[in-house]
Amino acid sequence: MPYTPHTKDDVQRMYAQIGIEDESELFDAVPQELRVKSFDLDEGLSEFEVFENFKKMASDNDTSKVCFLGGGYYDHIIPSAIDALSGRSEFYTAYTPYQAEASQGTLQALYEYQSLVCELTGLEVTNASMYDGGTAMAEAALMAIRVTKRNKIIIDGGVNPIYIQIVKTYLAYHDIELVVMKTKSDKVNLEELVSLIDDSVAGYIFQNPNFFGSIEDYTKIIESLHVVKALAIMSAYPIALGMLKTPGELDADIYCGDGQSLGNYLGFGGPSFGILATKQKYVRNLPGRIVGLTNDRNDNQAFVLTLQAREQHIRRQKATSNICSNQNLMTLRATIFMSLLGKDGFEKLALQNYNNANYLKSELEKLPNIKIFNQSPIFNEFVVELPIGCDEFLDKMSQKGFFAGLKLDNLYKNFENRVLVSVTEKRSKTQMDSFVASVKDIL
Amino acid sequence: MSATIFEKSHLGRAGINLPKQQVGDASALNRELLRSEKAKLPELSEFDVVRHFTNLSKKNFSIDSNFYPLGSCTMKYNPKVEERIGALDGFANLHPHHITNDKPEFMQGALESLKILENDLKEITGMDAFTLTPEAGAHGEMTGIMLIGAYHKKRGNKKRYVIVPDSSHGTNPATAAMVDFEVITVKSDKNGAMDVEAFKEVISDEVAAVMMTVPNTVGLFNPGIKEICDIAHKHDALMYYDGANLNAILGLIRPGDIGFDVVHLNLHKTFATPHGGGGPGAGPVGVREHLVEFLPQLRVGYEEVKGYFLKDKSSESIGRISPFFGNYLVMLRALVYMQTLGREGMINVSKKAVLNANYILSKLKEHLDVPYDTYCMHECVLSAESLYKKHHVSTLDIAKYLLDFGLHAPTIYFPLIVHEAIMIEPTETENIDTMDYFCQKVIDAVELAKTNPEAFKEFPKTLPISRADETKAARSLNIRWQQD
Repeated sequence: MPYTPHTKDDVQRMYAQIGIEDESELFDAVPQELRVKSFDLDEGLSEFEVFENFKKMASDNDTSKVCFLGGGYYDHIIPSAIDALSGRSEFYTAYTPYQAEASQGTLQALYEYQSLVCELTGLEVTNASMYDGGTAMAEAALMAIRVTKRNKIIIDGGVNPIYIQIVKTYLAYHDIELVVMKTKSDKVNLEELVSLIDDSVAGYIFQNPNFFGSIEDYTKIIESLHVVKALAIMSAYPIALGMLKTPGELDADIYCGDGQSLGNYLGFGGPSFGILATKQKYVRNLPGRIVGLTNDRNDNQAFVLTLQAREQHIRRQKATSNICSNQNLMTLRATIFMSLLGKDGFEKLALQNYNNANYLKSELEKLPNIKIFNQSPIFNEFVVELPIGCDEFLDKMSQKGFFAGLKLDNLYKNFENRVLVSVTEKRSKTQMDSFVASVKDIL
Repeated sequence: MSATIFEKSHLGRAGINLPKQQVGDASALNRELLRSEKAKLPELSEFDVVRHFTNLSKKNFSIDSNFYPLGSCTMKYNPKVEERIGALDGFANLHPHHITNDKPEFMQGALESLKILENDLKEITGMDAFTLTPEAGAHGEMTGIMLIGAYHKKRGNKKRYVIVPDSSHGTNPATAAMVDFEVITVKSDKNGAMDVEAFKEVISDEVAAVMMTVPNTVGLFNPGIKEICDIAHKHDALMYYDGANLNAILGLIRPGDIGFDVVHLNLHKTFATPHGGGGPGAGPVGVREHLVEFLPQLRVGYEEVKGYFLKDKSSESIGRISPFFGNYLVMLRALVYMQTLGREGMINVSKKAVLNANYILSKLKEHLDVPYDTYCMHECVLSAESLYKKHHVSTLDIAKYLLDFGLHAPTIYFPLIVHEAIMIEPTETENIDTMDYFCQKVIDAVELAKTNPEAFKEFPKTLPISRADETKAARSLNIRWQQD
């Protein structure tokens, strides 16, 4: 049998030690009438056969086209060192680092991860990861409610609509009022927001650049939130933080985001990881694991899981969250990614995304029958308005070898002819020029 | 500790050459929109980074190098073929927004793998449908309790409580609170099972759900389980199966057959996906027919002509609980494992897991206290209570002693109902030699406690650190590196 090492002789020795004749005796406590009537699974296969099956399934997925699809999940470079290091089984087959003495590798890497996230976001503290950007946002909303003891959350219309759905699901079971705004064109509807901000608001969630790729200045909004002691919750694509004003500089109270772009595969959506960072004064309201530096009994520096009194295994129903397993291995990949890029490299990466996307935008703008929806400056994606339906556009572009973008009419009402186009550092000028030529061709 | 990556930084080093930018610079943004200085990430060569993390990796125990007899955690061997398949381009680089674009033609293979996984999990658990979107066990629990909340809401039931046994995992009560239920904790009887009489006292029409782990967290099958299910259902309280201990019952019993309405599974435990040093996991949730309409988005359908497709959202769905199909690449690995084992292999898992646990129990029961003197299922619970009373050597001391012999500590001080608990789950993948070595080291520790209890303060001696000052860690909080 695969993966069980028991020889006949081993089994006999074990029976003798236990004092049984047959292993069925060990199951005597399980009443016969409760035992399975059906267990209709296929027979086991050899590794070779399994591999061939999955190779076939993999080939039934299409990853061959030039990718201009983004919307929170991006086709970025993944340096080889990441696979080599996170593929070390000392990392990927380790357990959660509760036994600090046996887990200094994982713990130090997490401490470095937390430090890097603080540098990137300009915030003071962060945890050791959430599941993804959407659940991190939902936990940020719950955190704002705990901190302010208020029960109203406002979400801006520029937030990733899939994240909004997750926040809705998480909050639906509580006595919480959730106000989901709409954007005014590609921007925050300031009049509406001003009318909503009062001292009943726990937090306002916004995204910069927003889901349409637009960059805005949130300084005044955050000031007005703080006047009524409401929290500013900022979501952002981590690569954009390489050049844009950070949550820390904006005086945002909580940052949430998704870490896929930091060295993790698209993987059909997962595993990636969620980032949650905040100000020092809210550290005890954070959900999830946190790694701290301390000393051992010989006065050597040592890493441990800390502030565990917030967590479910100690606090049970009074915990800040029920999260236990997080996305540790993905944070290791992000730690390696950020370490490889370094201070200059990370900024350069952000700038290349910015420059490439703005080049493509300006080239598409020259086409007579294409309009750009964004009025604000963009980071690495933007919305095009087409003279034809999204489906027709995407299908024709895919025939020319492109995943041309994300159709927005499945996410927004009255967006029938709008497609979100994203560009990363992986797109060459040739690919972008060919994209433009193809668009010209089909319109 | 080793120096942090920040301390190894040298101005001007770079670990990567980015692709050359082939277009001109776009006009710069208004300064108000830009960060005032670059993020202070460390500057290292690729080789610096590789050496740093390789050396860090050596400071870890891992299943590939060490025995992890962690009760409730099912730390079994993770077959290597999983990693090879998880890295295939067609899976690793597949964009999830083909889902949003509704282009199933680009993801037939992924949707097929999810459908096969759902069907297999249904058969294993006796449930009618699964959602594959929860990203971990606790996430699955939350999804399951939300489904139960939605069910009661639709039926107009007024429900306030979730019942959990006092031996439950912390995630159970924490989950109930996440979905705004109040928790009623029921004590265990002398056999470690939820006390049926105590249960009868607290069950009422206001109870939404009863969360149970089967076998329970002391590693025993609860003989009253069917009765508890029947009583709960009379009050329209739904039965929730926490799948943490599924490894004991594969092919033996199915939660759906006994009367459970909702189950969550931990694919990173039972189905051998790597634990990743704390994640990612995957926590699919299975339900019986009366809960199917509430399942979260997304769900896979299949029709012969159309092939695999995404089902339309049910009007009663609780919504989305993760962006797409949760930790897809983790589920893919679990499916690889399941196909390798097949029917017989799966049944054999439980048999050998239970055999291994009883082998260890039989070897240790004369050396430590045995709170429940009976055959166990896939894990056994022992206690160092007498040893502690006589010699002041605690469970923690024994755990730390074992680390010096390359043995990860068992689960300790859990379940909370056993004093000085030592909970051992060897899993089916360990061989008799490893278990003999482990048992001998536990016995050595017990003997040492009798002769030289003072010695335990020193353990572990051979690891990168000795015992850490956790009080200091929480009191003078240092959770990020900063330049002095």
